[in-house]
Amino acid sequence: MSDDDGVRDAGYDDFLDAIEDGDPFFLQSPSGNGWLPPQIRDPETGEGGLEEQPLPDTGEILTMTTVYVSGPTFVDDTPYVVAIAEFGPVRMTGQVRGVDPDDVGIGQAVEIGVDRTETTGERVIVFDPI
Amino acid sequence: MVSQVRVAGVGMTPFGKSPERTAREMFGDAADEAFEDAGVDPDDVEEVFYGNFMGEFAEQQGHQGPLAASAAGVRAPATRIESACASSGVAVRMGVEKIRSGAADVVLVGGAERMTNLSTADGTAALAAAADALYEINAGVTFPGAYSLMANRYFEEYGGDREDLAHVAVKNHDHAVDNELAQFQMEITVEKVLDAVQVCSPFGLFDCSPMSDGGSAAVLVSEAFAEEHGLDASVAITGTGQASDSLALHDRESITGTPAAAEAAQMAYDDAGVTPDDVDVAEVHDCFTIAEVLAIESLGFFGKGEGITVAREGKTAIDGELPVNLSGGLKAKGHPVGATGGAQISEMTKMLRGDHVNSDAVSDATVGLTHNAGGTVASCVVNVLEVVE
Repeated sequence: MSDDDGVRDAGYDDFLDAIEDGDPFFLQSPSGNGWLPPQIRDPETGEGGLEEQPLPDTGEILTMTTVYVSGPTFVDDTPYVVAIAEFGPVRMTGQVRGVDPDDVGIGQAVEIGVDRTETTGERVIVFDPI
Repeated sequence: MVSQVRVAGVGMTPFGKSPERTAREMFGDAADEAFEDAGVDPDDVEEVFYGNFMGEFAEQQGHQGPLAASAAGVRAPATRIESACASSGVAVRMGVEKIRSGAADVVLVGGAERMTNLSTADGTAALAAAADALYEINAGVTFPGAYSLMANRYFEEYGGDREDLAHVAVKNHDHAVDNELAQFQMEITVEKVLDAVQVCSPFGLFDCSPMSDGGSAAVLVSEAFAEEHGLDASVAITGTGQASDSLALHDRESITGTPAAAEAAQMAYDDAGVTPDDVDVAEVHDCFTIAEVLAIESLGFFGKGEGITVAREGKTAIDGELPVNLSGGLKAKGHPVGATGGAQISEMTKMLRGDHVNSDAVSDATVGLTHNAGGTVASCVVNVLEVVE
């Protein structure tokens, strides 16, 4: 999330830009572990030399929840669905929007995207069921 | 030889809603009680470790170490420990390590949190700050939401349902009925838990620990100091362990395990020279009902996938094979986050000494364990307490 004065969060905003540009990536260590930017070393192995790799086109929902009580920055979005999805060697958290939560579940195949929240208009990572 | 660390005295405020009371005052009260209980003068304190998580949100207050020391009537090096909901568990561990190192004989530890002066939305936002700001909070993850993600994946892998979780809440409320320090001294039913307003699926309101205000403190001393001053300090902290994990849940190898708890527990068991089988009573970090399930599995009390049914089966009840959260736990005793780890020490010390309202249920207990977690257990501290006299 950019700050009110428009200052970007390097790494995070670059990642969202890449999704919007249709060219999402992740960072892979020599051991093959996947991480989200910014990340200098592999937290599990301590290895440096992380390299950008194309994010797999399709991910899978590992778990999800419908949030009814939120903080101030999401009050107008409730209820909303938060999920963790796995795209090959990297996992991330995002929202499943525009569908009935009962129509999606663990194991659902998804594509990554970026949307705007109702409450603040900030960008949010989304998982679109396919 | 490493000095054995004795719990000379403990204190805690009643947990609950006191929105007008500042954290400094609540810690001052808890410390005052701990000094009285210990028979130790504040002048003897050589170091203070104070846990607090959301002081900047709730009170616009940073730099809380010296503030906490002053509140306790102490002039000594004082450091605020911030490790989310594990803040004062870490503070206790820092105190233990300080005494063991030989650098101090008397350390004041504990913590305080003021939460109920915040609105629900602001309190929710403050708690969410324990998660990854970029990749979790920006996605709308709340604290209960994060644990819901763990619960739903747990159900998928191991089975179980909302009703199993409800039994955890019912049990911990049962335990708190006679605890005058607890926020909720009332029984609840499984039906009430299941019918409560939804917070995030699968959690209703009664799956969640409450927003609470409160303070806790303990006076830790070296064995030599206790003997020299003739202190009645029959309980020792004989083992301590701490571990960390990735802050974001999605970066963990498993969403259904809490490896930091397992690692901290193993460290504490090895340190104390005990095994999970030796533990007679435990206070675990049940910020949400699923959290108790994950804790008792990671601590080695029950196998993976087995913890979900033990509350329903009565195994962790006051008359069960391993009473868990006899204080009421975070669920019913309350969870002023920065005070919780210290409160676990306070309640466990009283249980082992025999002066807790539920002590009679564990009158033969000699080994107690406390498990204090931060975030979705990206931080965890486990302490082992034993009756040594």
